Amino acid sequence: MALLRYIAGRLVVYVLVIIFALTVLFFVPRLGPTDPVEAMLAKVASQGAYMDAAQVDALRQSLSDTFGLNGSLLEQYWAFIKRIVVTADFGPSLSMYPTPVMSLILNALPWTFGLLLTSTLIAWVLGNFVGLMSGWKPGSTTSRIMEGVAICLYPIPYYILALVLSILFSYVWKIFPLTTTIRGAPWSWDLVTSVVWNSFLPAMSIVIVVFGWWVISVKAQTTALKEEEFVRYARLKGLSDGRILSRYVLPNAILPQITFLALQIGLMFNGSLITEILFDYPGLGLLIYSAVLQGDFNLLMGTISLSVIAVATATMVIDLIYPLLDPRIRHR
Amino acid sequence: MAKFFADAPFRLYLGVVLVVIFIILGGILPWFAPGDPLVWYTAPRNQAPSATYWLGTTSLGQDVFWLLTYALRNSLILGLIVAGLSTVIGVFLGLAAGYAGGWLDRVLSFFMDALLCIPSLPILILMAALFGGQLALPFVGLALVLFNWPYPARQVRAVALTMREREFINVAWFSGESSVRILVRHIFPYIAGWSAANFINTVLVGISTESALAVIGLSSAQQATLGTMIYWAINYQALLGGKYVWIGSPVLAIVLLFIGLFLVSSGLSMRSSARRMSI
Repeated sequence: MALLRYIAGRLVVYVLVIIFALTVLFFVPRLGPTDPVEAMLAKVASQGAYMDAAQVDALRQSLSDTFGLNGSLLEQYWAFIKRIVVTADFGPSLSMYPTPVMSLILNALPWTFGLLLTSTLIAWVLGNFVGLMSGWKPGSTTSRIMEGVAICLYPIPYYILALVLSILFSYVWKIFPLTTTIRGAPWSWDLVTSVVWNSFLPAMSIVIVVFGWWVISVKAQTTALKEEEFVRYARLKGLSDGRILSRYVLPNAILPQITFLALQIGLMFNGSLITEILFDYPGLGLLIYSAVLQGDFNLLMGTISLSVIAVATATMVIDLIYPLLDPRIRHR
Repeated sequence: MAKFFADAPFRLYLGVVLVVIFIILGGILPWFAPGDPLVWYTAPRNQAPSATYWLGTTSLGQDVFWLLTYALRNSLILGLIVAGLSTVIGVFLGLAAGYAGGWLDRVLSFFMDALLCIPSLPILILMAALFGGQLALPFVGLALVLFNWPYPARQVRAVALTMREREFINVAWFSGESSVRILVRHIFPYIAGWSAANFINTVLVGISTESALAVIGLSSAQQATLGTMIYWAINYQALLGGKYVWIGSPVLAIVLLFIGLFLVSSGLSMRSSARRMSI
């Protein structure tokens, strides 16, 4: 019953957050000092297209339509929310006309999710292992070195690390590809190796930073948990270190990590956007970037709305997983 | 000052030293620049580091060293303003939410939670794209404040909630102290250490997010920041030309500055939690 109430509460907050986020997205184009329609017309003109006054007016009208600038503010707002929530339709892409924006996004999403999930998972396993080890013996040399390394890695932004990795391994020592080119037939071994090979550097830039944080936090947790009565009891009972770490310390050290993940997922997403752009990785980040460069408003609004919704959803999913892992919330 | 460092962990010293170096580089040195380093062709092009041009020159004829000091100055100013405003707004709203309770608390808490799960960079990119392809620094700062006040606010709210129930607050209240005095004398010491740590961390996040926007060319091009310096270097093929000092210096500056800021922030929070334990 308590669990049901928890889930219902989270879902209500989730819906409100999505509405709030969409409201922000709705008002951003309207708060700017410049009129987006005029800005876009200026962009078209600056690209050398010559149009007479009637054509400009026609274009202005059609842009106002796609921007949803017709009717009163309330009507515009309602139409905007309805289009995204009810029909999930962002219209056709202007630069790759008439491909729907949604299908472009659906092609890009697996890349972004794949990159983020795989690298978070690798960093989680490595970080927990190293953090547990160094927290168990906090005074030892290896533990101090590992913490020093982690402290130097964690504050570095993902895109800076991505840049450093690409300078080191694509320019100076040319072993990894500079930009992403995927080869191979669908479902073939070639395709798999090509994906892994091309994703290696972008993934590493995320893995290394996230690894740094996990080592720092798990080490602090482990050092504190080591002094707890139940761990001392387990040790006096004669259990092996491995068993104490995996059964007594780890489950307690995992909970704060989940809260952290929920708070951090937005920042990780920010980082992966830039990393994708730097490596030409065909995910959501590159799609947003090409939308900006080509002035494709439909694609821009679609990708941005979807990334905001995706991050909010991921945060909610993590929040919902929490009670499954923490029996104390379930039984309250 | 001596008292400040008395029970400080080693990492705080190291962090303060690093940060002070960068404050000197970005806060004092720009005054001594021989000219505006942004202007093209004020130096010979493509020079390797030498006695006259410490970090060489760009392919646009700019002195990399002086350009770096300008970039550091602008990035630091942005970070400090963002962190200052976010901390003041966050502490104020956090106290209001925790202290007042009721519907005000619910509304404020909702906004804190909602803003925390909206990624800031996509919104900034949207703003940049709509405002003509580049976002002036004041707008970047404003947007960053909007996304960063919830962190201190949540923490301060949690502290304020527990504070309401504490005995010594009641004692102060019943002995006739004004609520302003209670806030300043009794509650503020509890949140000061944590807020300072969070302030430093927000400086880091502010500089980092602006640089992220700048690296893809969507931040202001009129001013040098650490991010725009990287963008220019990439854009003018510093990498293909093998001019690693040009692109390397802002990258190294970001890495060292951020490590310094992180050491200060985590050192401060270690110190304040150690003191809280001992009280």
